[in-house]
Amino acid sequence: MTAPVLAIRDLAVEFKTDTGVTPALSGVSFDVPRGQVTAIVGESGSGKSVTANCVMRLVQPPGRITGGSIRFAPDAGDAFDVVKLADRDPRLYDLRGGHISMVFQEPMTALSPVHDIGGQVAEAILCHRDIGKEAARAEAAQMLERVGLDDMERRMGMYPFEFSGGMRQRVVIAMALVCHPEVLICDEPTTALDVTIQAEILTLIRSLQHELGNSVIFITHDLGVVAQIADHVVVMYQGRVLEIGTVRQVLKQPLHPYTRGLLQAIPGVVPPGERLATIASVVGDADIETPHPLVALADGRQVSLPPAQLRRVARS
Amino acid sequence: MLRASAPGLERKVPDMDKPTDRGGPPADDADGLSAGPVENAEPRRGIARLLRATLARGRLLCAAIARIRLPYAVRRMLGMIPTLAFISIIIFVVIQLPPGDIVTSTLDRLQASGVEVSEEQVQNLRAQYNLDKHPALQYLHWIGGFVVGDMGYSYMFARPVNELIWERLGYTLLITISAMLFTWAVAVPLGIYSAVRQYSITDYTLTAIALVGLATPPFLLALVFLYVGFEVFGIPIGGLFSPEYREAPWSMERLGDLLTHLWIPMVVVGLGSTAVTMRILRANLLDELKKPYVVTARAKGVRPARLVLKYPFRIAINPFISTLGLQLPALVSGEAIVSIVLNLPTTGKMLLDALLAQDMYLAGSVVMLLAILILLGLLLSDLMLAWIDPRIRYE
Ligand SMILES: Nc1ncnc2c1ncn2[C@@H]1O[C@H](COP(=O)(O)OP(=O)(O)O)[C@@H](O)[C@H]1O
Ligand SMILES: [Mg+2]
Repeated sequence: MTAPVLAIRDLAVEFKTDTGVTPALSGVSFDVPRGQVTAIVGESGSGKSVTANCVMRLVQPPGRITGGSIRFAPDAGDAFDVVKLADRDPRLYDLRGGHISMVFQEPMTALSPVHDIGGQVAEAILCHRDIGKEAARAEAAQMLERVGLDDMERRMGMYPFEFSGGMRQRVVIAMALVCHPEVLICDEPTTALDVTIQAEILTLIRSLQHELGNSVIFITHDLGVVAQIADHVVVMYQGRVLEIGTVRQVLKQPLHPYTRGLLQAIPGVVPPGERLATIASVVGDADIETPHPLVALADGRQVSLPPAQLRRVARS
Repeated sequence: MLRASAPGLERKVPDMDKPTDRGGPPADDADGLSAGPVENAEPRRGIARLLRATLARGRLLCAAIARIRLPYAVRRMLGMIPTLAFISIIIFVVIQLPPGDIVTSTLDRLQASGVEVSEEQVQNLRAQYNLDKHPALQYLHWIGGFVVGDMGYSYMFARPVNELIWERLGYTLLITISAMLFTWAVAVPLGIYSAVRQYSITDYTLTAIALVGLATPPFLLALVFLYVGFEVFGIPIGGLFSPEYREAPWSMERLGDLLTHLWIPMVVVGLGSTAVTMRILRANLLDELKKPYVVTARAKGVRPARLVLKYPFRIAINPFISTLGLQLPALVSGEAIVSIVLNLPTTGKMLLDALLAQDMYLAGSVVMLLAILILLGLLLSDLMLAWIDPRIRYE
């Protein structure tokens, strides 16, 4: 087994707001295995996006990374800690869009409204490679065809407002993949799309990942999507990691009561006609608010539980 | 204030029946109007027929224009014609509407200085200036001349308006356009800086300066410049030229002299709009910098300077470009006040005097020219907007 492409340790992020300092992440640790899909699941506000933004150093004031490390091991070259890079370090700009790139939740707003899509995709190439504008546009057109757009001579010069949401998300994916990054971060890439389009985009991301062999961090609040796409799962809640394991382990035998709650809240698990369980009702009186350290279990899983429950889980 | 004072009038009245120089109203009166399409006997019916014919022809023309696929800019230019026609009527009505006219205001002055004027002379004066005609005819006479490039005759200066206007209008444009360039050259970099470094000490300092700049009326600033220039540096500020160049023919030295004088009215006229522009640009940029597409670009590896200039800046300046044509009138009226304080040879003071004296041909023509400039400014800003923002190209 090769070293993970990303190793996140004890990551902490704070946001300064009018009412004081809110911790958005505390003690977040997990690995992103090379060439596989790692899903981060959790309800809204659990810190998924902030985690992703830390990996690309996109956290802007009033937010600040207050501790921890993100060790990135590129295919070629030395590993380094992303958190420690200076703002002007050229490695930071190589990293963004070059080694690691991101697909965002809102395809309607993620593209500049006043630049043609050909230019926007080509710019990703021009930021990282020393080639001419025409060559960059040609490569951009190829990538756009690869994500399923046709008639590229005409479409290269079109603007985002002339595209549907699904097509824009394809453009964003092309833009993210055009420099062949080692890690692709997808932050709820299908949440804003119609259900049928969602399936198409998921299939596209999965098949491109097989072709290109890159690693993927896939952020979602939908365990149904996790089952379709992920190899590994990281469950987050309130800026902490509750459980880590392979997709089989986490979906078949969830260890944390919160994960069980998430699973029972999936439509389709419960017979039609019956009410979906709320997370609170499944979690019951189990205390999920108090932070506990992540503990590694024998089968390679990690979980954050109070000591008594942890002993019970470890015995079974 | 009236320069065509008593001696000038006395000189002119006996000349009445002699053909006068080009553009003068007596010449027009002698042949132009009586040979016109409208019979004097039935002016009202004549006018009605004329109006009906014009309207019908206008409708046909509009329908024809609508059918042709002309370039956008050309269509917009044609669309300006009815607007300008409407504006010209408003101008005429507003200037001529108040009781009294150039003759009464001149007579008042004459009588005040003890010159006796007979009723007959008054009638002659009225006839000479076309003031005895129906207002609609007066209007047509004015606008008809304007359209063919003859703006008529200024009673006040006793000179053709064409001679009076061009140089002054040139200086007005010079001052307003340089004030606009000054505004942009200063406000854009400072606005960007205070947006990118929001809440820094520089941002706070610029905010404070902008508020002072905003709160200072231009005429006060002009007075401060005058005072400081004279008391502290011992140089007389005011005018656009040093005395030795005022009447000199154009040369490199005269141009240089103009430029050394120009910066003061430029700063005085432009300061207020600089402050506004800076603050609005800062606010627009801050809004824009939060947008997801900026994060996308950052995630792509775009460097910070390019990130601000290539993406949000283009959108943040949209409102300025779309109001480019509207900034012009504000600057022109600011310039009018400043030019009086600083004694500048521009249209500002002349327009004010002409309006006070109800010198229709002069005042109306100046306002009309400014209206045309403003419409052209609006057209220019729409074209630039379409060029910058592709979403607007759809019509
Ligand atoms: N711009 C911000 N200002 C203040 N707090 C923020 C901001 N962005 C994120 N946070 C904090 O970080 C937490 C996690 O947010 P996020 O990572 O966006 O959640 P999600 O899991 O839905 O992607 C939020 O609950 C909030 O407290
Ligand atoms: Mg999110």
